[in-house]
Amino acid sequence: MTTDTREPRVDEPSSAPTSLLRDRRRFGDSLFKGVATGSGTLILIILAAVATFLVGLSIPALTAPGDELPYGPFWSWVFPYAAGTVWAAALAMLFAVPVAIGVALFITHFAPRRLAQGLGYIIDLLAAVPSVVFGLWGINVLAPMVQPIYGWLNSTVGSWPVFSLIFGGQVSGTGRTILTVALVLAVMCLPIITAVTREVFLQTPRLHEEASLALGATRWEMIRQAVLPFGTPGLVSACMLGLGRALGETMAVAMVLSPGAGFHFQLLTSSNPNSIAANIALQFPEAFGLGRNQLIASGLVLFVITLIVNMAARAIVARRAEFSGAN
Amino acid sequence: MSKRIEIKDLNIYYGKFHAVKDVNMVIEPRSVTAFIGSSGCGKSTVLRSLNRMHEVIPGAYCEGSVLLDGVDLYDQAVDPVRVRRHVGMVFQRPNPFPTMSIKENVLAGVRLNKARLTRAEGDEIVEKSLKGANLWNEVKDRLDRPGSGLSGGQQQRLCIARAIAVAPDVLLMDEPCSALDPISTLAIEDLIKELKETYTVVIVTHNMQQAARVSDQTAFFNLKEHGKPGELIEIGSTEKIFHNPDQKATEDYITGRFG
Repeated sequence: MTTDTREPRVDEPSSAPTSLLRDRRRFGDSLFKGVATGSGTLILIILAAVATFLVGLSIPALTAPGDELPYGPFWSWVFPYAAGTVWAAALAMLFAVPVAIGVALFITHFAPRRLAQGLGYIIDLLAAVPSVVFGLWGINVLAPMVQPIYGWLNSTVGSWPVFSLIFGGQVSGTGRTILTVALVLAVMCLPIITAVTREVFLQTPRLHEEASLALGATRWEMIRQAVLPFGTPGLVSACMLGLGRALGETMAVAMVLSPGAGFHFQLLTSSNPNSIAANIALQFPEAFGLGRNQLIASGLVLFVITLIVNMAARAIVARRAEFSGAN
Repeated sequence: MSKRIEIKDLNIYYGKFHAVKDVNMVIEPRSVTAFIGSSGCGKSTVLRSLNRMHEVIPGAYCEGSVLLDGVDLYDQAVDPVRVRRHVGMVFQRPNPFPTMSIKENVLAGVRLNKARLTRAEGDEIVEKSLKGANLWNEVKDRLDRPGSGLSGGQQQRLCIARAIAVAPDVLLMDEPCSALDPISTLAIEDLIKELKETYTVVIVTHNMQQAARVSDQTAFFNLKEHGKPGELIEIGSTEKIFHNPDQKATEDYITGRFG
């Protein structure tokens, strides 16, 4: 605090009574400031350390000529995994977000208080289930259950012009397709998105809800007019948390998916694009030398994808910042 | 447009709690009626019962009837949502929707009633309502800016514009100036005097001078004792209530001798 010009100089004793003099230091304040600043810095250091690790170990694979890499030229090798990761996560979000919003709205605005509390606990509990369990459930329960539906979808709409891009191809006999993976991922992201969304919806000022109701809005109109717009930034944050889980999920994908080569949009075949994280988990134990670098480089690609998606979401929210109600 | 309100034997409950007991009164169209009384005496509850907004609180219900030009708002067949489209409300704290522009705030209620609104129709309603709320000249150049960027007094007038945009029959105001500075308060009071040319206005206020300045009729509510339901002690012309009330309790409250 030597820059503070108002600090009395030592050689010039202050004429103020002692009760008004500055304390040398307030211990609690400095401690709290230290802890807060330290935590803020720590998270940056951890992120930087991860990034450094990824970049450092990726460089050998990124700079090596394609024919020296054990899995083939880097970009053409990593593309199907990157696309598969994004495709599966996008599908998962497509299923999870509407349901999460619905559950959160039900808990906050429709359910009787007792039921709402119970439901809240159950959702939180779902978040605590380890991904191995979701993987087992995916293989043993979900895949056999949805397989007949896949067969029916494939035989009815699979031959239609545009639909064949998604539902066409040779249908999987086990049901362990990318669509099943997306469903499992959706169930896994659901609790985190719901929990955060619920908190956000609860923050809607009562005054805004009443303003809407007093204008003659029905409950649903009030939700559209007051609750959803107010909650949008929080909703985006919730989706980003869920998406992070879907993009990075390893175990459930590795267990459920029957992977094939290349990328395509077809959801029901037995040859599916794998995700980056699951591929690393499958290949890493047997990889050595440049192969390890190549796998780590694919991890860097995942890191960058996540970063871009997050920044894009922030940018969308920031564009409407003046209308957020924060001012 | 402006309608007559008749309250008959109104009792309001929050679950088991009896909040307001046996209220009877008549509110004439094109007049301003002020509800005064100490906090917790039920005046806001009675106000909210006039557009069924008290029902927003779980467990709230009432007995008796509130007639709007002879139609009972509490008839089994009446939809509370429809009631609120006819009886508008302005709240204690300005509450424009923060996610909407000034223009969209004014049109918020209109859009609920009418799915399709042409740009010209919308612009016309916005201008008319904002002029009606004495806000047009201050905001006409920034209709697409967020409503939350206005001052407190302007926000409250925006809320009034939003309420009158749907052309209600009655306008309820729940302490509309309690969060505003004296100059903004004056602007709202002037506006209330203009609004009564078109609407039936009912206002709850803690400010006795305000009640005396703006209202034609004043109703005094009080609790007999703590924990008992609030009651309407006396209602009469503002002139009479402030200068020659029938009840001792009214006189004590008006003169500030209230213990």
